[in-house]
Amino acid sequence: MHALLTGPVFYISLGVCIIGMSIRFYQYFKGLSWQLDRVAYKEYPMMGFKGAVRSIYKWLIPYGTYGWRTQPVMAAAFFGFHIGVVCIPLFLIGHNVFLKEKLGFSLFTMSNPIADLLTWMAIGSLLFLILRRLVLPEVRIMTDKKDWGVLLLSLAPLVTGLMARYQIGDYSFWLNTHILTGELVLLAIPFTKLSHVFLFFASRAQLGMDFGIKRGGLKGSKMTW
Amino acid sequence: MPEGTLCNKKPVDTAEGITTLLADKSGKTYYEEMKKLEINSDLLWKTIQNTCKSRIRTWLEICAHCGMCADSCFLYLANDRDPKQVPAYKIQSTLGEIIRKKGKVDNAFMLHAMEVAWAQCTCCNRCGTYCPHGIDTGIMFGYLRGLLYQQGFVPWEMKIGAGMHRVYNAQMDITSEDYIDTFEWMVEEYEEDYPGLTVPVDVEDADIMYTVNAREAKHYPEDLAEAAILFHIAGENWTIPTKGWELTSLAMFAGDWAACKMQVESVYDAMERLRPKRMIGTECGHAHRATVVEGPYWAGRKSGRPPVESIHYIEWLAEALRTGKLKIDPAKRIKEPVTLQDSCNYVRNHGLRETAREIISYIVEPGYFIDMSPNKEHNFCCGGGGGFNGIGYFRKQRNVGLKVKRDQILATGAKLVISPCHNCWDAIRDLEEEFEIGIRWSFLKPLILKMLIIPDHMKPQEEDQ
Repeated sequence: MHALLTGPVFYISLGVCIIGMSIRFYQYFKGLSWQLDRVAYKEYPMMGFKGAVRSIYKWLIPYGTYGWRTQPVMAAAFFGFHIGVVCIPLFLIGHNVFLKEKLGFSLFTMSNPIADLLTWMAIGSLLFLILRRLVLPEVRIMTDKKDWGVLLLSLAPLVTGLMARYQIGDYSFWLNTHILTGELVLLAIPFTKLSHVFLFFASRAQLGMDFGIKRGGLKGSKMTW
Repeated sequence: MPEGTLCNKKPVDTAEGITTLLADKSGKTYYEEMKKLEINSDLLWKTIQNTCKSRIRTWLEICAHCGMCADSCFLYLANDRDPKQVPAYKIQSTLGEIIRKKGKVDNAFMLHAMEVAWAQCTCCNRCGTYCPHGIDTGIMFGYLRGLLYQQGFVPWEMKIGAGMHRVYNAQMDITSEDYIDTFEWMVEEYEEDYPGLTVPVDVEDADIMYTVNAREAKHYPEDLAEAAILFHIAGENWTIPTKGWELTSLAMFAGDWAACKMQVESVYDAMERLRPKRMIGTECGHAHRATVVEGPYWAGRKSGRPPVESIHYIEWLAEALRTGKLKIDPAKRIKEPVTLQDSCNYVRNHGLRETAREIISYIVEPGYFIDMSPNKEHNFCCGGGGGFNGIGYFRKQRNVGLKVKRDQILATGAKLVISPCHNCWDAIRDLEEEFEIGIRWSFLKPLILKMLIIPDHMKPQEEDQ
């Protein structure tokens, strides 16, 4: 089982994720239309590029936008969760040992205590986001099964990872479940709302180009996000 | 009855058609007929497949249903935080549902979608600036309006408005002759006060081609006179076109894209015919957006720009004050608490956030200007944008929507609201009528005129001299 999960299944899920998202990324930008979207993308590539970069980086900074500042608690939970789920899979020592073995390269790593902290922070934040979804009427009204699916799918690798980390119960069971759920996330990315992992950048870039070119950009005015 | 005689899928493009529609008081029969209007699902789905591309599809797909857009929407706030007023919910339950059902929706659904598209969103685009994913629900509602218009589910006034543009190239039944006559008559009225005042018509190669909102000619002709006087005092070489003088586009509010194209092309033709250095449009928000910001795309102009540089009236005013073409008498500056209504259409959607404030620095005594909060590109819609003001069928909803602006104004303590936008001006007038908070409201032209220093040689000469 372990060999299967760390062998073919790993390669397949990573492949599906990368190829799937490359296709989606390509389709996204191919599907942009200057006339339907009413943005002269190609006429002002530099202004569009600057607008896109601004629109992305402002929103990546905690409390960097009006939107984040108006909802400080939500922003804390959002970043608490997302910093964890981006950094842990990529920079955990264990993951990088695995990566080196399977793909021949590894990335920057962080110490285990920091990884623990980030994991707990991500889980705590996610629990808050779940609670928020249950409690706030303006969020509850839109919440559907898919939203719950995505939330639980994101929670699973975090919880199973911690179970394995603290060796509670059967270590190999938790390790295999952790690998499996992690791979499920990779497989789900191109086909579900998790595609936002990549499409966030595409969508933000588009709106950034819109403001960077049409809505003020040509006037020399930069949107105050 | 699949198609009504008044309410149907055909655009109105004859004067008789408009007269017939107008004769149906408040659209009573029109809305009755709408309840039986059939949906052409094949056409609906085909249109979506041809026009709903990756941007909108991705927006609908990746929306995390996080509700962060809720507080950004003035209609959500005005309706006591009704979750059904959350922008993401509004669009997912209308456009999202049409797409999920591949266009197979029924009459009741379309009636509901029409209410959401015109009475629960003014296309102010504020939510788009508060969504982490950059999802602009306002843009999607504009798109949805187009789909609804195509199927005949459009408020009565919007159908008439779009028809007016098709027939008269103006939002009202004003012909070119009516327009020129009104302008000339208004100028004659003021000739004695301002010797030499004229309205140059169809002058080629002028510095400025001036365009207006048809209702200035129909209901507020003073506005035309004020524009003429200000250009005259500033010494501008300006002109008005006999054709292509209408800056507005109710067709944009209606989602009648073909009429939008026809309308802006009439203005662009005038620019090409008269070759002015610049086009200056009147104090109107949506009109600027239609003709200057969105229009080039409807007309298929790849540059995204009109044929000649086109600016908003406040840009010209700021420039005229800055360069000294117009001079303000400091003693006559505004000396009472005053605030400013930022129009979504040229502030959030065209970056003109500082321009009106520059004008204010010349015309308001320091210490008397109080900004609303939030302001500039984060300002709330006046409450009547996107055609909301004009739709009798949704008047109640519109009046509720005015509460946010009312509270914003009250919080400033201002007694005067400067509103360089026709729609905002109407909404603020209506909120005063509805809530009686004791405010006045004004465009910039009449305010500036009252405090202008008029050069001696432009003053009327005494008869005995």
